[in-house]
Amino acid sequence: MIKFTINGTEHAHAGDPSMPLLWFVRDEAGLTGTKYGCGMAQCGACTVHLDGQAIRSCVTPVSAAAGKAVTTIEHIADDKVGAAVQAAWRERDVVQCGYCQSGQIMSAVALLKSNPSPSDADIDAAMGGNVCRCATYVRIRDAIHAAARAAA
Amino acid sequence: MNIMRRFESPAAAPSGELPAPVRISRRSFLQGVGSGVGGFALGVYFAPALAAADKAIPGHAGNPDAIPTAKNMPEPQAFVRIGADNGVTVIAKHLEMGQGTFTGLATLTADELDADWAQVRVEAAPADVKRYANTLMGIQGTGGSTAMANAHRQMRLAGATARAMLVAAAAERWKVPADEVQVSAGIVSHPGSGHSAGFGELAEAAAQQPVPATVTLKRPEQFTLIGKQKLPRKDSADKTDGSAMFTQDVQLPGMLVAVVAHPPRFGATLKRVDASKARAIKGVVDVVEFEGGPGRFGGVAVLSTNTWIARQGRDALQLEWDDAKASRLDSDAMWRQYAELAGKPGTVARNDGDATAALEKAAKVVEADYAFPYLAHAPMEPLNCVVKLADGGCEIWNGEQLHTGDQGAIAATLGLKPDQVTIHQLYAGGSFGRRANSQSDYVLEALSIARAAQAKGHKVPIKMVWTREEDTRGGYYRPAFLHRIRAGVDADGKLVAWHHRMVGQSIMKGTPFEQYAIKDGIDSSSVEGAAYPYPIANLYMDLHSPDTGVPVLWWRSVGHTHTGFATEAMIDELAAASGQDPYTFRRAMLGEHPRHRAVLDKAAEAAGWRKPLARGGKGEKRGRGIAVVESFNSYVAQVVEVTAGADGALRVDRVVCAVDCGLAINPDVIRAQMEGGIGYALAAALHSEITLKDGVVEQSNFHNYTMLRIDEMPKVEVHIVASDANPTGVGEPGVPPLAPALAGAIFAATGKRIRKLPIGKQLKA
Repeated sequence: MIKFTINGTEHAHAGDPSMPLLWFVRDEAGLTGTKYGCGMAQCGACTVHLDGQAIRSCVTPVSAAAGKAVTTIEHIADDKVGAAVQAAWRERDVVQCGYCQSGQIMSAVALLKSNPSPSDADIDAAMGGNVCRCATYVRIRDAIHAAARAAA
Repeated sequence: MNIMRRFESPAAAPSGELPAPVRISRRSFLQGVGSGVGGFALGVYFAPALAAADKAIPGHAGNPDAIPTAKNMPEPQAFVRIGADNGVTVIAKHLEMGQGTFTGLATLTADELDADWAQVRVEAAPADVKRYANTLMGIQGTGGSTAMANAHRQMRLAGATARAMLVAAAAERWKVPADEVQVSAGIVSHPGSGHSAGFGELAEAAAQQPVPATVTLKRPEQFTLIGKQKLPRKDSADKTDGSAMFTQDVQLPGMLVAVVAHPPRFGATLKRVDASKARAIKGVVDVVEFEGGPGRFGGVAVLSTNTWIARQGRDALQLEWDDAKASRLDSDAMWRQYAELAGKPGTVARNDGDATAALEKAAKVVEADYAFPYLAHAPMEPLNCVVKLADGGCEIWNGEQLHTGDQGAIAATLGLKPDQVTIHQLYAGGSFGRRANSQSDYVLEALSIARAAQAKGHKVPIKMVWTREEDTRGGYYRPAFLHRIRAGVDADGKLVAWHHRMVGQSIMKGTPFEQYAIKDGIDSSSVEGAAYPYPIANLYMDLHSPDTGVPVLWWRSVGHTHTGFATEAMIDELAAASGQDPYTFRRAMLGEHPRHRAVLDKAAEAAGWRKPLARGGKGEKRGRGIAVVESFNSYVAQVVEVTAGADGALRVDRVVCAVDCGLAINPDVIRAQMEGGIGYALAAALHSEITLKDGVVEQSNFHNYTMLRIDEMPKVEVHIVASDANPTGVGEPGVPPLAPALAGAIFAATGKRIRKLPIGKQLKA
């Protein structure tokens, strides 16, 4: 039995420990804000935080979450930086289709927590793993800078 | 949980919703709903017809004439409802797939209604072609960048009609003349008497009012929301907190997820499956074979309550396929065949003057081949569809782009009437054309799996999901195309002759759209935009439409994806051959096309075309290119600036874009669509290519079907050229000019001509 929390709620997994965390989050815990895009850590749509670190949940086994805290998009606004990023995203109307945006926001929050004032190059490095097929990148960049200012 | 509530039957309308059923005979929008394969007929689809239809629409600018509602808006409640809580619900007949339609449709309605934007919400319309046909298509569907073009008057009329009913109710209640009643930002008031009320207080009384015989739309200076620079999107909140619902997110009681295995070659059939290893996986509920049909291929689906377990099962299947009828296409061989065809006359699409003779007399002649690969749409949400079968009915949950076609196809398969098929509309996580399939391929596949599951006793909803690999390899690509152009200028540098041969698969052939789209052997979607809009006295154009067995489909901006490049790239080559500036050369030819010229001028001016480009770093060369393409009646020009490194590295620094899409309903959405269209086009120009080896698609996921990432996204500057024409679309038109302008910039920087996409490693060679 693997025990961990998702958004502060305790969960236990008795099945295959190699199941990617993504599928526990979506299909067992019913938190569908975290998305499947590629299944091989190529697109970042599945990004969640594991003890505050941004991870690709589609390739992270549930076993890696044992004893740890998972945070998903559904609770990102509980955090000051998370709320600032979400507000910046809304203020700039970053989204188009929206499917990748949970992952984008999770990556952006993790970036700002480790680097409160990122340069464009820092943003490229931290966000390079998150694909947006609608190419909302111009606004993602602006929103991250804006959130950095707001959270400062 | 909230997800479930989203799918319960809607509660009875709260009292006070506007309006109650009106006793007016309903006019069917639809002409000729036929009995074709998909159970639908297509009225008007293509651009010239669309332009003609535009003229018939009273001016967007607010026709001062009263518009009769009996003919145009008999049933405003089909488009807008007002709740006792002051909430205004706009019913969106079009799919929201990122392009901003929900916001656009709501803006049109709310402006005429004088609603408070904060109180406006959007609800997706059901599949109901009588009420919700795309007025330019004759069926309910979203595509061809037509949402605003077809719906702008309809949605405005709905808002204006509802407003008139609120006003009538207020006048009656307050016993004041209706023409003294004012409405502003969700408040109805009568200044003379001091009365005022929110929409909610009046909703029930308004619902009892008759639909007025006529309504008059606003004049542009009266707009409060249309054209406003920053009106928040209606889908921003739920797409930033995880609550937005996509098909992938549907969870229903008892539902099983079906992960599918398709044949590796198009046209192959299942010979044998050994599912014993799949069945041995804990959590695999069953394995079912499903049938193919026109435009789709049968295979095997593994069922589980958990997607990953179903995926494990799918990967454990031991499959044998019969390739007797399969395509064994090899990309290299295909290009050889296409080049051979390009040497032979095709079906004539256009023949003005005498291009061959004029080319012999031309002072300078340029000849070039331009090649374009197969492209997958690759939306972030892989294809999926949820099906729930019931006695005498069927429910579908889908990001639905072609309601009437899919509803008809399901009904025909099940022996039901179309209205026995309910479609629950969800957001689509991108589509770019893929979710509108004239043969309903993935929807019928989901149905086929649900029926196969039911036959084995699983009478539960089935959520079919394609893995990224199935999505990438699943076909319905932008067709590969080869263009061979010979064009010439006279001694004065005037374009005098153009001989243009195109080779590529027809998108429409064999589909229910064929009868409308193919005339005299020419699929208009293959040639749309070629050599346009330049005046060429001697213009010859022909087309070969070989069939390769690889399914093809419209892909964001359809034919313009390749005709726009071939045309604009050749224009650049002619300018260079005759020593002319690419901007000046184009501009001189656009005298009859003021809207093209205006966007071209705007882009050039804003980019500082006449000023030298800032120098690059050591060893770097910089260049700038320009292109203008009209597609779907919108006009877009772009100037691209690049830096080329000594090692062949390419950086796209900046794109300046000018767009004229008629009345700019939501300027910020227009900007977003230009930004996104540029990024989508840039991915294709730089990286994307589907290739086949012995019939098998070589790409499978984002590691080898490469996407654009944030570090490659240029700065984008969008300028909206003011227009008083009827609004047209922006979902697609941002795409076509990017690649040719980029190729022009690369030439300016390096002297190298890009004649084949993607650019890939061409600059490193």
